[in-house]
Amino acid sequence: MHQTIIGQANPVAVAFFVLFVISTLVITWWAAKRTRTTKDFYAAGRSITGFQNGLALAGDYMSAASFLGIAGLVSTKGYDGLIYSVGWLVGWPIIMFLISEPLRNLGKYTFADVVAFRLQQRPIRAAAAAGSLVVVLTYLIAQMVGAGTLIKLMFGLPFELAIVVTGALMISYVIFGGMVATTWVQIIKAGLLLGGATILVILTLGKFGWSYAELFKQAASATPLGQKFLEPGGLVTSPVDAFSLGLALMFGTAGLPHILMRFYTVPDAKTARRSVFYATGFIGYFYILTVTIGFGAAVLVGQKVIMGIDAGGNMAGPLLAEALGGNIFLGFLSAVAFATILAVVSGLTLAGASALSHDLYVGVIRRGVANEKEEVKVAKIATVGLGICAILLGILFKGQNVAFLVGLTFAIAASANFPALLMSIMWKKFTTYGAVTSIYTGLIVAVVLLILSPTVWVDIMQKNEVAKVNAQVKEITVAAAAVDTQIADLQKQMVSADAVAKMKKKQKAAAEKKNAGVQASVSAKMQEKDALTAKKKEADAAMPKAIFPLRNPGLFSMAAAFLIGILVSLMNPDKEAQEKFDAEKVREYVGIGAE
Amino acid sequence: MSKLKKEDILNDPDFIKLSSQKNTISIILTILELVLYFGFIYLVAEGKPFLSQKMSPDGAATIGIPIAVGTILLSWVFTGIYIWWANVKYDELVKKVIEKVGG
Repeated sequence: MHQTIIGQANPVAVAFFVLFVISTLVITWWAAKRTRTTKDFYAAGRSITGFQNGLALAGDYMSAASFLGIAGLVSTKGYDGLIYSVGWLVGWPIIMFLISEPLRNLGKYTFADVVAFRLQQRPIRAAAAAGSLVVVLTYLIAQMVGAGTLIKLMFGLPFELAIVVTGALMISYVIFGGMVATTWVQIIKAGLLLGGATILVILTLGKFGWSYAELFKQAASATPLGQKFLEPGGLVTSPVDAFSLGLALMFGTAGLPHILMRFYTVPDAKTARRSVFYATGFIGYFYILTVTIGFGAAVLVGQKVIMGIDAGGNMAGPLLAEALGGNIFLGFLSAVAFATILAVVSGLTLAGASALSHDLYVGVIRRGVANEKEEVKVAKIATVGLGICAILLGILFKGQNVAFLVGLTFAIAASANFPALLMSIMWKKFTTYGAVTSIYTGLIVAVVLLILSPTVWVDIMQKNEVAKVNAQVKEITVAAAAVDTQIADLQKQMVSADAVAKMKKKQKAAAEKKNAGVQASVSAKMQEKDALTAKKKEADAAMPKAIFPLRNPGLFSMAAAFLIGILVSLMNPDKEAQEKFDAEKVREYVGIGAE
Repeated sequence: MSKLKKEDILNDPDFIKLSSQKNTISIILTILELVLYFGFIYLVAEGKPFLSQKMSPDGAATIGIPIAVGTILLSWVFTGIYIWWANVKYDELVKKVIEKVGG
């Protein structure tokens, strides 16, 4: 039996984590002295280099969920996990080609700066802040609940304590060190995560004679799936559904406020563009490592052990680390996973705080007039507020299945934030009304359709009914299988026609009589089986159905946001905004006047 | 050197060239990326037998594995192509336009 200490208090993990916390708090203290103005607080004084920002962007994106989750998915589902990881990368080139330079040239601290550039400030900022905050909050809940569960498994800490520790540290980084501290926490964590994953892959490949071919060969016989483990399986059953999810992942990445905000931490558009190149490289490399870890865990640890500890497979990576590098390496990797969660929630909180202070407070409530000191103060209050919200929501959602929230986050980001951002950059005739209606349409359609989708309407809201139907169907299937065996047994009792033909008259009559009797029993059983089949059909029909058929609403909510934005803009042309587009164009392409 | 006014930049041939080239490159690469990813998803949905072929008769790795990893790598290569173009062509034109305006 595989021995593991996962699930118990692990002093090595705690020691590594304490080391991480101390070093990041020292950095925060150092950063605090450099955080005076709004430019420092929101944008680290625009002093981050392309390489550093590439690491920080990758750090924001590589959450613990993607590290542990994708390795787990690969170890339990094989090739399907690989398909999933590809989807998480493909949004990055889109950010570079369409968004990075205009975003940097036109904006100051938030993407709302870009959308509001030549339109009316207040309605746009209110709408963009709403879009940002919903994305930040849904993503925060998903991260917090995941954090509590993972920390409980890896450190043996109680769920609530884990959440409070995470929340308290995150608040400290952001309020004292602003973007400077958040960026450095992110860079350190990205370095640790990439380094830790690289070591794990080296140790894994060493076990297979440094050969991927050998790894796959053993993976094909390591699981009950056999060769199917290396083939596409049931993940993509409906192409439309896959297309919809793909759209949300691709364009959602370009609408995540905590990612977009990082573009303002570099000095110019050229550096912004370069940082996406680094980020894409780091993230792609990371996913390739994670997939290797997943296959390695399936062979070296085994699915039974992995799923015995956590049904979703989330512990595949840590278990592999324990098997190959002992308790020390497990402790190190657990601490890295905790650090990962901490860094991601800090980035999210800062993005949320900037939407609240820069867009809502200064842009909407104070109509753009507020001094820097006041704005930073409001941002810090907003940080504490959001932090407490995140802690409470994390505890409230304890034990809930929150995986759908990640899909929702990307769907909203792709529908509420991305269309308005893209149209404001590219389309001269875009108007204030067009932008505002587009943002709210994307937001509302994404949320409503997700609620009506199988993901929420059936799997969550009618959980008990689904379980009941599944139990019924299972019962019927078992009964039907029993009848099948009975029929087969009866048929064995029949005297074969050949034998009957060879028999003497008296024996023949007896055999025929016996056969007729058996035949009658078989018919009765057949009827019983038909009844069961009908019952199964009936039970299947009672399975709750979703009102909206797709699991991810991205396709429809994005289309709706674009369509409404275009129609409303065309119906009410805005001459002033069109004239200002010329000035916007010069700044967008050449960077003259960029902050 | 005669200085251009900011308003005149829009009609400057270098600016027109720069903005139209940037849009063309951005849109072409975006379409390539979409085709790449959704082509992959299409293969996963409709081309399971193709992706399930073994790479060598005595191995187990399927052709789907390098195709998936290739999708990741090619996405990165696309960003590299854009960077290369932007560093060589785009930044040159930007420099020229900024010089005309006088910084």
